Order: sequence, then structure tokens, then C-alpha cells
Amino acid sequence: MVAIEIKNLTKQFGNVWAVKNISFEINKGKIIGLLGPNGCGKTTTLGMMLGLIKPTSGSIIINHNNIENNRTGLLEKMNFISPYIELPKKLTVEENLKVYGKLYGVKNLKEKIYNLMEKLNLFEFRSRKTGELSSGQKNRVSLAKALINDPEILFLDEPTASLDPDVGDYIRGFIEDFASKKGSTILLASHNMNEVERLCHEVMMMKNGEIIDRGTSGDLINKHGRKNLEEVFLKIVRE
Amino acid sequence: MYALSLRHIYLIKGSLPRILDLIYWPTIQIVLWGFISKFFTLHTDLYNHTVGIILSSAILYDFLFRSSISFNMLFLEEIWSRNFTNLFVAPLKVSEIITALTATALLRTLIGIIPAVLLAAPFFGVSIFALGPSLVLLFLSLYLFGITLGLLVTSGLLRYGPAFENIAWSSLFLLAPLGCVYYPLSILPDWLQMVAKILPLVYIFEEVRSILLDNVVNYSNILTALKLNLIYFTSAVFIFYLAFYGARKKGTLINVGE
Repeated sequence: MVAIEIKNLTKQFGNVWAVKNISFEINKGKIIGLLGPNGCGKTTTLGMMLGLIKPTSGSIIINHNNIENNRTGLLEKMNFISPYIELPKKLTVEENLKVYGKLYGVKNLKEKIYNLMEKLNLFEFRSRKTGELSSGQKNRVSLAKALINDPEILFLDEPTASLDPDVGDYIRGFIEDFASKKGSTILLASHNMNEVERLCHEVMMMKNGEIIDRGTSGDLINKHGRKNLEEVFLKIVRE
Repeated sequence: MYALSLRHIYLIKGSLPRILDLIYWPTIQIVLWGFISKFFTLHTDLYNHTVGIILSSAILYDFLFRSSISFNMLFLEEIWSRNFTNLFVAPLKVSEIITALTATALLRTLIGIIPAVLLAAPFFGVSIFALGPSLVLLFLSLYLFGITLGLLVTSGLLRYGPAFENIAWSSLFLLAPLGCVYYPLSILPDWLQMVAKILPLVYIFEEVRSILLDNVVNYSNILTALKLNLIYFTSAVFIFYLAFYGARKKGTLINVGE
């Protein structure tokens, strides 16, 4: 069953074509990696899929609804995490989760927050201001916010960027566990090839606003005759 | 909607310096204008109600100023805390954002203005309630105008990003001389009077003077102010929607904090 259907999606900023006529589908419950060099159009693509950026042309169909026609309705079932956006620093961890839980209309919010804080080892920090936490702790709070509505569709933009290997591994394990239990569809944009190889069922390679290849990590490694996904990435970027 | 208000209630509740900051400026404004007008009263016999008129006007103008700044501040807080994108990927309608900011701005404004109103009575013998039942309509008019300005500034922030921030602080200072807050419309040169008359502020503050000086409630002034405010408010809401559409087209919603 298709969860996300992108048809001939294009975005032009002035004279610059950030995304050029891309089309792809993602089946429900799959984790798909979106790889590409900086400025290749990953963030613009994610932004359009989240309804933050209006496409120049093309359509984004999520759960059989066009996002342009039912933006808020679809956003209720989606969520997003990125190291480039933060939660209000002056609010405590618990306050932030309460605010976002209410924004997403989460039922049994108290219980939901309790469970997330317990699973993500946030309980001892619940009364601390989010801005006072370490980057690893903040990342876990952001992840809790992203999972507060049990999203059917989750967009992860470099979820483990700037984290130490231990915390990064913990977060990856958590995402893996969440996806298998909830059956969520996840689009992961990352520069960490090991992360992509570990988590993703398939990988899409993006360059200059276009999707130039797609397949499982193994398929791409074989197809391009390289030892690992990082070498495939380097080959594609430098070609 | 409630969630967005709650975010700002937590912010205010959790910070004593923030609450003190909200109270500090209106209080200073009232004390300053109170002494200035007391000095005028003692040294001129132009009219006997100088303290009452100037202080009442100062309180009402500060209410307007705080409403507008509060609306802007609520929006700027999201940009400064880099929380902007999180909000816009949440299932919030534009109308809900406007309603939540409007309601929360009122709370912020009241926190600041109530202590100033209470101080004016024992220190200078001036009560804003001398304006009678019309006060409710005057406050409503001022609040609508404050929110209208807030909407216009936040539309600029949405469309052009944080670079528009300076306009947030200066918008009301641009209009203050034309609003005839502390002096009658007749003081302005003829050509400026024409410009001033398109602002609801002129009718509001002319009415304040009419009530306090002549004890006459002129409902036509109040109605004109309300009508103008409704036109401007509706236009500002429309402009906010256009700015949101423009921001989506330009892609500024995703990196407005940067």
C-alpha cells in the first residue's frame, strides 16, 4: 500500500531549480533514505512534503490526500525532526511535550508523555529547561516531540547529527524499534551512511535536484561496483 | 489554539524577570507622564485637567503599544528560539495561529498595564475609569488597532524573515505623531490632518479629551474608530494570509530562524 506518492515534483526559486521533476512512491511501513550532497534539494523536497514550501508544479499525495488540499489534516498524522530546528529553550522538557501533545491533539497525553520520557530516558530531566540540556539530551526531547502523535509518516532530517556514537546508536535503535512496532513510514535524510545502511529498506540518491538512483543499499553497492554505501555516494557526487 | 497560548503562558510563568519586564515599562511611562503633567498643571492654567488627560491618554496609548508589541513578541519568540518550523509543521491553521496570538497578546498586555493603571490612582489621583462605560469600546478599538499593526509586522516577518524585526519596534513610533494622542487634531497642519483622519487613533483620543474635558460622550467618534479598525483588521488578516502564502512559495518557513 502506497503511503507517499510524489508526481513530477518541481520547485524553482527565481532562476534556480532546487527540485527538478522528481517522482517516487514510498510504501507504508518502509524506511527510505534520502541521500545527496549539500544543496542537492533534500531539504526542499522534505519542506514540500511537510507543506512548508509550495511546489512550483507536481503533486504530493500522502495517504491518498493531496497535501495542498488538506495540509492541516495530513500534518496531524505526520511529524518531523531536524537538528536545525529546536524546541523552546525556556520551557521545561515536560512543558514542551505538553504543548506539542496538545498541538497534535494527542489523547491520554499525560500517559503518552510519561511513556516517551521513560523510553527515552528523559524522566530525570523533565523539570529542567530544554535549553539547559546537552545536545544528546535535547535530541532525545526533539525525538519525543516527533513521536508524540505516533506519526504514520515521519520525516527525519539528520536525526543523529552532532551526537556522540553512543547516543547516536541509541537513537538509531529507538527509531528502528518505533518503526517496527508502529509500522510508520519514514523518510530519512542523512549523511551518515552507516545509519542509512542500518535503518533503511531502500535508498534514493539525489543530485542537482533530481533523483538519480534508487535501490536497497546492497543493490546500489553492487550496481556501482563499490565496497559500501559511502563509496557509492562519493562516486555519484563526483561524477 | 490553546496549546500555542499555553506555550507562551509557560514562558511567562517560568520567568520572573520576564514578568517584571512586562510591568516595568508601562509603570515607568505612567510615572514619567504623571510628573510631567503635574508640572504643567502647577505652572499653567491652560486647563485644569492636564494630569487626568495626559495620564489617561498615556495609559491608553501604552495599552495600544503593548498590544502591538506583545503580538510581535509572541511571533519573534518563535523565531529567536528556532521553534518556528516546528510550529508550522504542526496541524495548525493560519486562523488558529492568529486567534491564539491575539488572545495571548491580551494576557501579556494586561499583565503590563494593570499595575500601571492601579498606580495612577494613588500617585496622581487619576483613574482611567473616569472615562465611564465608553472605556470598554475605547479599549476594544485600541486593541483591534494594536493587533492590526502586529499582524502587519508579523506578515513582514513571515515574508522577509528576521530582517524585518526592526520594523516591529518602530511601527508604532511612526504612527504616534499622527495619532494625536496627547494633543488635539487641530494642532497638526491641514495636510497632516487629512492623513491623520484615516487613523482610528485620532477619533479614540479626541473622544478621550471630549469625555474628560467636556463630559460629553460622542458616539460618532467611537463608531468611526471601530469601523476604521474593522476595515484595517480585516485587511491585515488578508495580508497575513498572503504573507503566509508568499512564505510558502519563497521557502522562508523552513529557515526563518537562520
